[in-house]
Amino acid sequence: MIDLKTRPPLNVADRVRAIPVRQKYLPVTATAVLLALMYGLGVINYPGFSDTQIVLNVFVDNAFLLVVAVGMTFVILTGGIDLSVGSVVALTTMIVALLLENGWPAAVVLPVALLMGATIGFLMGLMIHYFDVQPFIATLAGMFLARGLCYVISTDSISIDNPFWVSVANAQLWFGGFFITISVLIALVVVLVAAYVLAYTTFGRDVYAVGGNPQSAMLMGLRVGRTRIAVYTISGLCSALGGVVLSFYMLSGYGLHASGMELDAIAAVVIGGTLLTGGSGYLFGTVLGVLVLGLIQTIITFQGDLSSWWTKIFIGMFLFVFIVLQRAVTRRRR
Amino acid sequence: MSEPLLVMRGIGKRFPGVVALDGVDLRLYPGEVHALMGENGAGKSTLIKVLTGAYHHDQGEITLGGESVAFAGPHQAQQAGISTVYQEINLCPNLSVAENVLIGRAPTRFGRIRWSAVRRRAEELLDRLHLKIDVGSDLGTHSIAVQQMVAIARALDVDAKVLVLDEPTSSLDASEVDQLFGVMRGLKEEGIAILFVTHFLDQVYEIADRMTVLRNGRRVGEYRTADLSQLDLVGAMIGKELAALEDIEEAPRREVAALERGTPVVSADGLGRNGAIAPFSLAIHKGEVVGLAGLLGSGRTEVARLLFGADHADQGKIAVDGEPVALRGPQSAMRQKIAYCPENRRTDGLVEELTVRENIILALQADRGWARPVPRTRQDELVARYVKALDIRPADPEIPVRNLSGGNQQKVLLARWLITEPKLMILDEPTRGIDVGAKAEIQKLVVELSDGGMAVLFISAELEEVLRLSHKVAVLRDRKLVAELDNTDGLDTDRVMAAIASGGVA
Repeated sequence: MIDLKTRPPLNVADRVRAIPVRQKYLPVTATAVLLALMYGLGVINYPGFSDTQIVLNVFVDNAFLLVVAVGMTFVILTGGIDLSVGSVVALTTMIVALLLENGWPAAVVLPVALLMGATIGFLMGLMIHYFDVQPFIATLAGMFLARGLCYVISTDSISIDNPFWVSVANAQLWFGGFFITISVLIALVVVLVAAYVLAYTTFGRDVYAVGGNPQSAMLMGLRVGRTRIAVYTISGLCSALGGVVLSFYMLSGYGLHASGMELDAIAAVVIGGTLLTGGSGYLFGTVLGVLVLGLIQTIITFQGDLSSWWTKIFIGMFLFVFIVLQRAVTRRRR
Repeated sequence: MSEPLLVMRGIGKRFPGVVALDGVDLRLYPGEVHALMGENGAGKSTLIKVLTGAYHHDQGEITLGGESVAFAGPHQAQQAGISTVYQEINLCPNLSVAENVLIGRAPTRFGRIRWSAVRRRAEELLDRLHLKIDVGSDLGTHSIAVQQMVAIARALDVDAKVLVLDEPTSSLDASEVDQLFGVMRGLKEEGIAILFVTHFLDQVYEIADRMTVLRNGRRVGEYRTADLSQLDLVGAMIGKELAALEDIEEAPRREVAALERGTPVVSADGLGRNGAIAPFSLAIHKGEVVGLAGLLGSGRTEVARLLFGADHADQGKIAVDGEPVALRGPQSAMRQKIAYCPENRRTDGLVEELTVRENIILALQADRGWARPVPRTRQDELVARYVKALDIRPADPEIPVRNLSGGNQQKVLLARWLITEPKLMILDEPTRGIDVGAKAEIQKLVVELSDGGMAVLFISAELEEVLRLSHKVAVLRDRKLVAELDNTDGLDTDRVMAAIASGGVA
């Protein structure tokens, strides 16, 4: 019988740490606490901040980022990174705008756009797995490629006036005096599906296993290669869907859309408590991460006298804090 | 005795330039623990990898339960009932215990993993191993011993007939080993054939019923544990008939007692590192050569690395000239005038593209710091002196070290440390892979250095060499220093081997 080591009595600090949350939930909990603090700060300092619509607007304004961050979560959980997402978002808006301008029906444009994103992700996945290319490099190549393709299509912004697109963009789903957009609905569905996949399917668990230790995963008989390729495909698909959502929001396609967005997505995932080294994290954390980023913007808007660059400064600060926090947590685990 | 469950016959495996296995036979009987023995590089790992489908053998056949089998990969071998637990635990620390037991085989309904069934099944399997832990907890939060058990539970889930345990005890402490052995005995009674690979001789005699000894990719023999003494086992592994080992004429040597007066140059007191070497105490005096004897993998290099600060000791103290010091790394060891010639001169020591002069000057330069270059004239002078003293050939300091023979490369490495004028020189296998003449020269040099007052720690797989040079022999076994023998007239290779075999009780 294995003796589970009668633990020495805990001191107070350890008890506080031990009781409320399991260690693996610590980063997510920290993000939740941070989010609550920020919200509380906003409510106290700014009149009108407590309006529920303010929170809903964070979703409305960041639905596309949320969708992209979901894909990024899969990739980062395997220990990889996808730098191409911002460019794929831009390319999607371009292709959507171009095809609609040429009179293609929306029912065809949508699947074409999604397929394009998934294909780019799939190809990068192949490169990463079969040619053993660093994910950073492979997706960096994808990033330049997709961004470049935008300008091949057009260097100017192409506006979208397709009636379906315009109606989706303007649709507001009202309930009890508040509204969300169809984009928010899409983002929430994506989150729920992805969370289910990660928690309850063989594939989802393989993602965690590969992120935990790819060598072990292989020796345990898991299909590491297939999992890797799949996460980049999912990330590509999510980026394309994010691009579609952004095109609802902007009603235009433009090569400069979503520039630098890959970094926002990575920041959201990391602030949400997912380990950059892979294997640990939750989709719920990513949702919180996106909300943190959105709420920073909202607060800075309410403050009024701060330039929008302060958003970046705060994101930078939070990233530092969370990466240090992750270090601390992983170190204690060893 | 029943029929063997698994038979490997005439297994051959070659890698480019190396014959790793040459006609090896192995038989495993149900309900038996079979030990696979051999020094590092004897072919144990290759044989296991062939058995578990990770490698394909070039020759020979494998039969399982009377039927010929050929595995395309580890997955197929597992399906056939051959499960392996590797030395480094191949599980995912970030997942729960239950998941580690069952991932890849988790029961699902309509694609949805049935977590309650997963937990139940994991509990059942761990019960079989008498392990009661929260299967929902993260694997990484448990001790290595528990993780090892979880790995075994995973191996058993596939209805294993053959369980391969590759050095499962190397990172376990004594009580954890007992737990593991308890589990192994239980599995044995269930009729599972266990192949047990280990370096630890005592453990073999405690648990194994039968053993196969490999040496240099060949099978030396299959023995029942009860029929083979530990001494004969060591002989079989090393490859020399003990009776045939003749005493070697030894040059008159200064008495250990005379040398060991005064403060030792370097003394270790209870120095140890978990998983690498058990705490040991060793004193090395001025002008003394201390030999380290032991099988490959017995902890010889680990001792050297601790004394050089290349690894951090997690317990014990070290003193230089009686003053306690903290060796935070090779640099601080060098500052204490401790030098280390590593085992693998090509990868760990020499920079092959640099010239003889540059290689020789490296350590001195590192010691001074890069901001204070050694003047070129001083370099030339030093290098010329040592090239001459050590008779490095060709005697041209400006040719790349790559072009020198092994023996001369070794001399370059020695020269590098000699110009730093160390108090203690640690030589790890300085004569391996060099020709006889160069070997004799290096041995002569060691004697000269110690005559000149340098303390030397001499590590070699060749016992004769250790005996010829050392004033005192420290015997290592199973990563533990088991005996310290004064090299007096009575000491011969038989006695050292007996000490290796018995753990110093001889």
